Parts: sequence; C-alpha cells; structure tokens
Amino acid sequence: MDASHAITAAPLDAAAVAAAVSHDGDGAVASFVGLVRNHNAGRRVLWLDYEAYEPLALKAFDRIAQEAAARWAGVRVSIHHRVGRVGIGEASVVIAAASPHRAEAFAACRYAIERIKQIAPIWKHEHFDGGEVWIEGATANADDEAARATAMERACS
Amino acid sequence: MFVRVRLFARLRELARHDELRLEVPDGSTAQDVWNGLAAEYPPLADYSRAVSVAVNDDYARLTASVRDGDEIAFLPPVSGG
Repeated sequence: MDASHAITAAPLDAAAVAAAVSHDGDGAVASFVGLVRNHNAGRRVLWLDYEAYEPLALKAFDRIAQEAAARWAGVRVSIHHRVGRVGIGEASVVIAAASPHRAEAFAACRYAIERIKQIAPIWKHEHFDGGEVWIEGATANADDEAARATAMERACS
Repeated sequence: MFVRVRLFARLRELARHDELRLEVPDGSTAQDVWNGLAAEYPPLADYSRAVSVAVNDDYARLTASVRDGDEIAFLPPVSGG
C-alpha cells in the first residue's frame, strides 16, 4: 500500500500533500481541491457527511495512482479524502500529481478525480435546507474499461 | 457456513445494520449472499441492479464464490470527490 494516500476526518492541507508527493526531479505538481459547495440540484446545502469503506478506498486510490503512472511515465499521484462532516467551503478531497513536466501532471490530476468518482467506495450524505439525501453516482466497477476510457478521454481533452 | 456482511451508506440505513453475520449454503456466490440479504431486508432489493461487491476488502464480481468467514461488503453507487 502506498503510504501517500489518506482517508481522514481531519481538515486537508493541499500544500502539504503537494509537497509530500514531489521531489527534485519534478518540474510540476498539479493539485486539485474538491470543495463542498452551498447548493446542489436546486437545494441549499448545509453540509456533507462523507462515509468511506476505508481499506478498499485506500486500495482504490493506490490503483488510480498506478493507472496514472502506467499512462504517464514519471507521474506520482497522492490522494487525500475527508470522511465525516465537511462544511461549506471546506476541502473534501485533495489530489496532487507530480511530474517532470506540466502536461502529464495536469492530465494525471484530472484523471484521478474522474476515477475517484467512478471507483472509490465513498459516499456523500447531503444535508440540505429541508432534509437529507444520499448522493449516488456510478456503480463502482474497477474492471469497467469503458469507464476508464472515459476518464482518460477527459484527462486528455 | 457463515459470512460477515458489511453495508454502507443507504444500504446500511435501509437494512438498519452496518454489519451482520449471515448463514449461507456452502458453494454460495456473492450474488447468493445478496439475494439472501434482500429476502431478509426487502428494501435492499431496489439496489439489486446497482450494487457493487467487495470480498475481504477487494472488489469482486457478484459471481465470485465465497467461503466460510469471508467479509462481503455491498456498496451502493459511489459519490466520492
């Protein structure tokens, strides 16, 4: 297991994740910070509660990082994701992709967030003005090559 | 034989359990475990076409055989990020 991934109830530090993943041979580190926004599907969102199946989520992050490294030589990806209650404006996920060159760092970062949404066993429980609802996106299937191709296409567009 | 079932997010709420021990016949698949679970907790049946499964902390196919003592996790569609 790559120690550079994390599932945590503590606030995320994007700069620390970026610093930890990059080394002297890198010319670029691209970071993505996913934020909890105050509206969704016409609802006024109050906060999100994230739940994760932690051991499998960490394996999924590792798999995503390996997929990125296999596609873009020299790229290292680190993924940190919150669980528990996350307030409006707080970071729910931080991805850092380090690479000798910027194009690969940008692409790998985008690829990682697309893949997280496809295969990471993590769920948002949205608390909004007037109720709560579980958000459900993709049925996770790590072997779905069509989904993987979609993520790759978005990363490279 | 017995397996340990884990449920997450909405599945956990529908079954009102995050974890349970289920007796299943020898030779059962993950699909058989799910079918037994959905029979016991009918609201889960809505997820029969959308559920993912993990066996012992690794993604698996519903057709995978399960063994005594395995941990079978059923996952509703994911929404991380």
